Amino acid sequence: MRGFVPFLGQRLFRALIALWLVSTVVFVVMRLSGDPVPLLLPPDAPTSEILRVRHDLGLDQPLPVQYVIFLGNLAHGDFGRSIHFREPAFNVVRGYLAATLELGLTAFVLAAVVAVPIGLFSAMRRNTLVDHVAMGLALIGQSAPTFFLGILFILLLSLKADLFPTSGRGDWRNLVLPALTLGAFTMASIARLTRSAVLEVLHADYIRTARAKGVRETWVVAKHTLKNAAIPIVTITGLQFGTLLGGAVVTETVFAWPGIGRLAIQSIYDRDYPVVQCTVFLAALMFVVINLCVDLIYGVLDPRIRAG
Amino acid sequence: MASSIPASAPAEAVRLAAAPAARAPRRRRPWLVMLGVGFVALLVLVAVAAPVLAPEDPIRQSLRGRLSPPTWEGSDRRAHLLGTDHLGRDVLSRVIYGSRVSLVIGFSSVLVGGILGSAAGLMAGFGPRRMDAVIMTLADAQLAFPFILLAIGIIAVLGPSFPTLVVVIGLSGWVSYARILRAQVLVVRSREFVEAIHALGGSFARVVLRHVLPNVLSSIVVIATLELARAIVLEATLSFLGLGIQPPTPSWGGMVQDGREYLDSAWWISTSPGVVLMITSIVVSRTGDWLRDVLDPTLRGE
Repeated sequence: MRGFVPFLGQRLFRALIALWLVSTVVFVVMRLSGDPVPLLLPPDAPTSEILRVRHDLGLDQPLPVQYVIFLGNLAHGDFGRSIHFREPAFNVVRGYLAATLELGLTAFVLAAVVAVPIGLFSAMRRNTLVDHVAMGLALIGQSAPTFFLGILFILLLSLKADLFPTSGRGDWRNLVLPALTLGAFTMASIARLTRSAVLEVLHADYIRTARAKGVRETWVVAKHTLKNAAIPIVTITGLQFGTLLGGAVVTETVFAWPGIGRLAIQSIYDRDYPVVQCTVFLAALMFVVINLCVDLIYGVLDPRIRAG
Repeated sequence: MASSIPASAPAEAVRLAAAPAARAPRRRRPWLVMLGVGFVALLVLVAVAAPVLAPEDPIRQSLRGRLSPPTWEGSDRRAHLLGTDHLGRDVLSRVIYGSRVSLVIGFSSVLVGGILGSAAGLMAGFGPRRMDAVIMTLADAQLAFPFILLAIGIIAVLGPSFPTLVVVIGLSGWVSYARILRAQVLVVRSREFVEAIHALGGSFARVVLRHVLPNVLSSIVVIATLELARAIVLEATLSFLGLGIQPPTPSWGGMVQDGREYLDSAWWISTSPGVVLMITSIVVSRTGDWLRDVLDPTLRGE
């Protein structure tokens, strides 16, 4: 395991930098947007009252002081009190987190479970009709706008075919369309990636050797091909999970799914800064942690990259 | 949404992700590229000639002509080829005018992103090590985060004006340009002839213009094409969320949002702009992929 600790340290350092940058941007953007105090008070509130609330929220401090306090609070997991819900922002966001995780995980698992066999099959049956159709669909899935895919699914599968409800959260039937919408891009990417990774491996000498030895074709695929193609698949698949979080904002809005993406949009309209800060920060944290894990898995799977 | 793969991702995996079919015999398909370019040219033409092509004023409302279906579905053969929306506005005219928003914002933000990214890449490549580290860390940090969240936050705060949209969407795509230019600068910088140019008093601009840019030009064209598709979709997504160009100016994303409430009764309001957007996105990004195969196979890493 030589070289693993510096590798780990470097990745951890990068992750921390990314988090710090994101929180700084959040701070700057939120402070640019003007004073939230008038939103909190009735329009006829006396000046003394306004000043008192400003003081309570720390808005009367100079900006650098506010920034330091902000960073200190973040480090303690204190994101301030929600202006809209009148309770700690973290508690609010936590209440919505489960729905997003449910949606994100379902979309991710669905994507991986569908896409890997498709990619494998496409590679084995290369340049057949099945391959062309599958890869054509994957291309559409990769470049179609998420929000319109959602609208199309609602129109065709929900309103016309009446198979699934149009919106909201409930039993598994509510989950199908949002998960398909959110997972479409990931599914398409994983299918294409699997296909190319498998094709790459199929040309390797050890596959030819295995065949020459008379190893059965299914065994060649299962043991030699998939195992060796797994490294890039695992890596990109993991990274895709992070990008899902961004897509969740749109998907949750289309399907009125009560997750943190929709909460973020709603809080932006309400100028509920603490909640926005908290969602953005938590999303960034999840994203960074996932990327870190993927990097580490890769570092374990393929020792060569630790050097680089 | 474009895939964002952090720089920290192992190069091997990224390379494979970018390669649709590694080791496949590369077929040169310039006619497909021409088809894609032709489509974009057609779209530009439609956008420019919108006042001539559009059968009606895209923002003229008609309360009596609300929600009338497309010609082929309607019983009364009114002259609305794609029907009218909830305010009685002609959908076809709005789709035609909507191409203006998509293209103007798309091209401008690609330009902004390209300039910012190229400048950052040159600075990272030629500048001191520390500047290089800062710029590349910034790039990693940006890719390490779902940019749409940040874009939504910034636009919500600053207000959805045209310049804000262009800058935000442009900023979302600077990283690829920066990477490719930086890499090329690092290749060129260590060459002896560059040192010779310096020693002979040749200018920095000469090195950039003669020895860096020509080598990356085709890559930049490829990246810009892919970025154009992404920018158009991002603009539409922001418009869909109510954070794009504001009504009554027609934009494809905004129209899809308008039609959401009427999906059951008047499906054509959302579907018409959505399908056009989808086709645009697919054709432009495919063109980018084909351009890559034709112009610059090294981008896919073979």
